Amino acid sequence: MANSKSAYSSAGKKQKLDTHIIVVWVDNETGVLARVVGLFSGRGYNIESLAVAEVDQKQNISRITIVTTGTPQVVDQIKLQLKKLVPVHKVADFKREDKNVIFKEMALFKFVANNNKLNKAFEACKNFDPVILDKTNKSNVIQITALRREIDSMSKNLKKFGLVSVSRTGAVAMTRGSEIFK
Amino acid sequence: MPKLYSGAEIVFKCLEDQNVSHIFGYPGGAVLPIYDELKNFNSVKHILVRHEQGAGHAAEGYARSTGKPGVLLVTSGPGATNAVTALTDAYMDSVPLVCITGQVPTHLIGTDAFQECDTTGITRPCTKHNWLVKDINDLAEVMHKAFEVATTGRPGPVLVDIPKDIQFQKTKYKNYKNKKKLNGKSHDNYSQKNIDELINLIRKAKKPIFYTGGGVINSGTKASELLRELVYATGFPITSTLQGLGCFPADDNQFLGMLGMHGTYEANNAMYSCDLMINVGARFDDRITGKIDEFSPKSKKVHIDIDPSSINKNVKVDLAIVGDIKSVLTSTLKTFKKSKNNFSKSNKHQISNWWEQIQKWRSKRSLDYIGSEETIKPQYAIERLYELTKDKDTYITTEVGQHQMWAAQHYKFNKPNRWMTSGGLGTMGYGLPAAVGVQIAHPKKLVIDIAGEASVLMTMQEMSTAVQYNLPIKIFILNNEYMGMVRQWQELLHDKNYSESYTAALPDFVKMAEAYGCVGIRAKTPEELDDKIIEMLNTDRPVIFDCLVDKQENCFPMIPSGKPHNQMLLGPKDQKEKKITGKGRTLV
Repeated sequence: MANSKSAYSSAGKKQKLDTHIIVVWVDNETGVLARVVGLFSGRGYNIESLAVAEVDQKQNISRITIVTTGTPQVVDQIKLQLKKLVPVHKVADFKREDKNVIFKEMALFKFVANNNKLNKAFEACKNFDPVILDKTNKSNVIQITALRREIDSMSKNLKKFGLVSVSRTGAVAMTRGSEIFK
Repeated sequence: MPKLYSGAEIVFKCLEDQNVSHIFGYPGGAVLPIYDELKNFNSVKHILVRHEQGAGHAAEGYARSTGKPGVLLVTSGPGATNAVTALTDAYMDSVPLVCITGQVPTHLIGTDAFQECDTTGITRPCTKHNWLVKDINDLAEVMHKAFEVATTGRPGPVLVDIPKDIQFQKTKYKNYKNKKKLNGKSHDNYSQKNIDELINLIRKAKKPIFYTGGGVINSGTKASELLRELVYATGFPITSTLQGLGCFPADDNQFLGMLGMHGTYEANNAMYSCDLMINVGARFDDRITGKIDEFSPKSKKVHIDIDPSSINKNVKVDLAIVGDIKSVLTSTLKTFKKSKNNFSKSNKHQISNWWEQIQKWRSKRSLDYIGSEETIKPQYAIERLYELTKDKDTYITTEVGQHQMWAAQHYKFNKPNRWMTSGGLGTMGYGLPAAVGVQIAHPKKLVIDIAGEASVLMTMQEMSTAVQYNLPIKIFILNNEYMGMVRQWQELLHDKNYSESYTAALPDFVKMAEAYGCVGIRAKTPEELDDKIIEMLNTDRPVIFDCLVDKQENCFPMIPSGKPHNQMLLGPKDQKEKKITGKGRTLV
């Protein structure tokens, strides 16, 4: 009693965190992103990355892909809370380790260096479908698509080849095979 | 050519089609076109409050005592922000509200116009959904959708923000047909298999308990009847949360009283020691569970709730049944009756040891207090109020604090929808405007706000509303000059450092009543209390009753936060082993 000076209980046991990719289909209307993001910030859930765009112009459906971390209980709550929002149609949830799901992020790298280094930089990117989008005699812009951690390590390793600027998207996800999420 | 209606007219057409008879509101620049139409729609009566928060709580009181949605109409900017507390309160306690706000004209939105605020942005986290209507052709659909969202699934507040130019624009109005189809998010989602599992658990239980909450009341009066039937059929003990009081008769032997932080010794110990907990429409709130890691460690837990996100939010359960309480209880009873006829008999035998244990806990008489002949004990005041009003169909509202807990402990509710209190948000100032709303809905009934002197001052201006509409509400103030619950925590947890919890300059409530044009009554001693209460009950006008009570009294029993249910603090009587049985009782 002497130690408890609060009108609230102290936090319980810490649990293991998992990374999940949550895909949400929503009506593309004003404020819908604010509703989804506000739910995350208001309830203290994490957002590691976010990708959103309209995918069905006829029915005005946007697809939001959110990478988040949380205990299994929190991830369940995220899904259930999202489903309660009026403009939300369906919610899918994939574990990052899930082999049946493709996750991709895109990144743009700008290098400023001599030709030798620029060539080496392109060489280093070659596992990740590099595309040269712009080239001058002392710079280039390369687009790659890869997993989050691959882009993380690339952006660290490419510093030595003159990497000066990185721009990247959030992850997008799709299931493998002929199945679609209903 | 069909008739064209203005946006303001469409608002009222929609209210008419939704059978709204009363709206609570306050006019202002951005809602003037709507107020202008009020005279043309006689079926909708407007109640003018004195502050928009009052409109919100009055609408809550109206909704909770009738089961119908409450409607409020306020202006843009400060009108909307003043309503936010009431909307959040309704969101926490699942009360269906439809809030209509005015907004600056569409071409001024985003320019920091006079009385402009981002109403939908501000209210997004405290409503189930909200809409900014930017096209007159969407207005009717949005209005009807708003009622649908507020009242289906787990009920809650919604808000419709209507810019002033939209209120003037004209369009056609199609008469609304009440569709039977429910909001896609509210369908029952359980199977007979779930029910069979529940019956099986009931059959095997040796130490069962029903733990019921506000969901039973939200599901309608039929749900309370079904709950009673099931509880009587099983013979199981039942406890209730603050919001669930009234769904089971409080004077019944199977009822263990309220559970939780200020719940009874028997209810909390039964929750801790049970082997089967059947949660019906409650949400494992932190004031109920105490320390979550040690919450009812040995029990199988069943959770019946309409809101899937309530399941496993705070406490992991073994069996989840997602659905409307009424429909789940109907299926359960049906299956229960089909199973062996002698089942309920044999089951009662099986739990007889459990009842013996409960009787031992009961014999602690944890709600007892030390009576006094000199000062009015607050518990005694509520006991007397109950005794003198129990033959009437009384509606009780409360503010927030010690008086609220004493009311919950000592006033016995036997019917649903008779108890209106701010549980989730804990809004001081809730009770007075809520009483206004209840009295509007039930003009002939006795409506009492059990109040504290600090809380009631927060929304005291609504007495003026009560006087304007001849609402004979009774404001029963337990006046101890302290923010009592704050004082109690400071005494028990902060070394009696009563920092800012004493109100040094209180108004004279009797004179205040007279200033408002209602009746003021003061009771100072236990001796005169009964006569004064009777005087209050015989007054057919609004009354402020200033009941001067013991200033040091604490609310027991109590589970200190962060402690499990079996570590309760009992009252001074138990602590000191003083066995004076409430002398106040014999004073009548």
